[in-house]
Amino acid sequence: MKRQQFNHITLPYLLIAPQLAIIAIFFVWPAAQAIYQSFMLEDPFGLASQFVGLDNFREVVASDHYATSAVFTLVFSALVAFLSMALALLLAVKADGIIHGQSAYKVMLTWVYAVAPAVAGMIGTFLFDRSIGPLNHFLNATGWPFNPQLDVFDASFTVILVSVWKQVSVNFIYFLAGLQSIPRSVREAALIDCRDGFRRFWTVTLPLLAPTGFFVLVINITYAFFDTFGVIDTMTRGAPGGGTATLVYKVYQDGFLGADLGGSSAQSVILMILVLGLTVVQFRVLEKRIHY
Amino acid sequence: MKNVKPLDHLILILGILFLLLPIWIAFASSTHRPETLLGEGLQLWFGDYFWETYSAVLFENTGFTEQVNAVLMLQNSMVLGLGFSIGKIIISTLAAYAIVYFRFPAGSFFFWIIFSSLLLPLEVRIIPSYEVVSDLGMLNSYTGLILPLIASATATFFFRQFYKSVPEEILEAARIDGAGPFRFFVDILLPLSKTMIAAIFIIMFVVGWNQYLWPILMTTDESYFTVVMGIKQILNDLEGNRIPQYNKALALSILALLPPVMVVVIFQRWFVKGLVESEK
Repeated sequence: MKRQQFNHITLPYLLIAPQLAIIAIFFVWPAAQAIYQSFMLEDPFGLASQFVGLDNFREVVASDHYATSAVFTLVFSALVAFLSMALALLLAVKADGIIHGQSAYKVMLTWVYAVAPAVAGMIGTFLFDRSIGPLNHFLNATGWPFNPQLDVFDASFTVILVSVWKQVSVNFIYFLAGLQSIPRSVREAALIDCRDGFRRFWTVTLPLLAPTGFFVLVINITYAFFDTFGVIDTMTRGAPGGGTATLVYKVYQDGFLGADLGGSSAQSVILMILVLGLTVVQFRVLEKRIHY
Repeated sequence: MKNVKPLDHLILILGILFLLLPIWIAFASSTHRPETLLGEGLQLWFGDYFWETYSAVLFENTGFTEQVNAVLMLQNSMVLGLGFSIGKIIISTLAAYAIVYFRFPAGSFFFWIIFSSLLLPLEVRIIPSYEVVSDLGMLNSYTGLILPLIASATATFFFRQFYKSVPEEILEAARIDGAGPFRFFVDILLPLSKTMIAAIFIIMFVVGWNQYLWPILMTTDESYFTVVMGIKQILNDLEGNRIPQYNKALALSILALLPPVMVVVIFQRWFVKGLVESEK
């Protein structure tokens, strides 16, 4: 808070009112609704509902489909985060080392940020298509009987690859910014002390980049959880057999397509708790970064 | 000081190819006839049907009601992108100003309510959000499309951080010169945050334009379809055709990605600045 502040009785309320109203109507109300519905059993037409306590949660947690979806989300998020971060870090380190033409490389490596996940998903669908997709032909030619319609592994492979493709550029921006914020003097000192570029990277650059890295990791997990909805809906719709449905996609499937309000709300609440945990971690790291 | 190795350039060029090739193939293939694509697969080089494909996608009415074309969908996306980014900037600059520059009862309570919205993306509360918008009679309207998406305080958080970094002496000096809260905001604080506003505008425009799940849920009237949700529509249509219109589907995806990509490439400097500074 500022030392110097205005004193005015009504003005601050007027200024904050639009934001508060929108948050109250479109955030607090639906979030409360989700929590309320997670304890209720409603018939599909919304005519009657009764309080069932934790039954919805018990049912969700005990369900095989939910377990499948949770495992897929875990593997999917871990792979998307790891692969896109590793690739972005490699590219950022190389771009950072280049003086001439750096801005051209920067533009070429960042524009994918602006492509919608759903658009990426559609192009991915075509690239892996059985009749017209060059990647499908290529994979078949290597002897892999590739079929994302029937095989969970193959379907997962396609959504992971497209999700990684979409995320590399965002990670690249952060890693490059992180690298360029390392003071020149530190870099020069490291250059004198350590001739071997690879060792210099491991012992000097990487530890200095760790806070950025952690922050990027949190962004990537959030991305894999929520923003990949468009990729999954356009590419696999959770098929085959729910094997590529992330937890968020399942909330949509069960609630909107399956009209199971109680179960879907219980899933929402579980996700809220997960995200809450993630945010607490993120804020801890943010605090640390501010004191850095 | 640094010796540039050809290997570094090679890795960067491979990285660019990895990112560029899918879009390149999509664009090149969209200029062929659907028969060519069906027979020979996606194409690496351009065909002779650029204008035929794109004019058909842009101007010919399709969809269930035969009333929607890409021009209309692009307009809707523009309304969503601009409405979302401008709305968000107006609301959040005001709220952040109140939070940073005023001391008022319940101020910190409001602050926490607003920031609690950072915790939960729309995706986890889609069904109750849909019900609320439906109860308010806002389905199939721009208001219903835009307002629920604005209900997340990301931009407020960025502006709060920025205002807090503005030196106190500026306010002191403004007060000595007799500026009230309104004058200070309009004549001093907003001009100071010009770059920040530009950066947030670009990022939010892209976010708004690229929305997918929310528009799918709340627009059933085809005249409100955005170009990104048109993707879902055209993918569904593919199965019904004897010769799937792959070229048109790819043309639509190129049309859908072009505006946000142009914005990011043209305003590269501001965009990167905003992204990196705001999210730290």
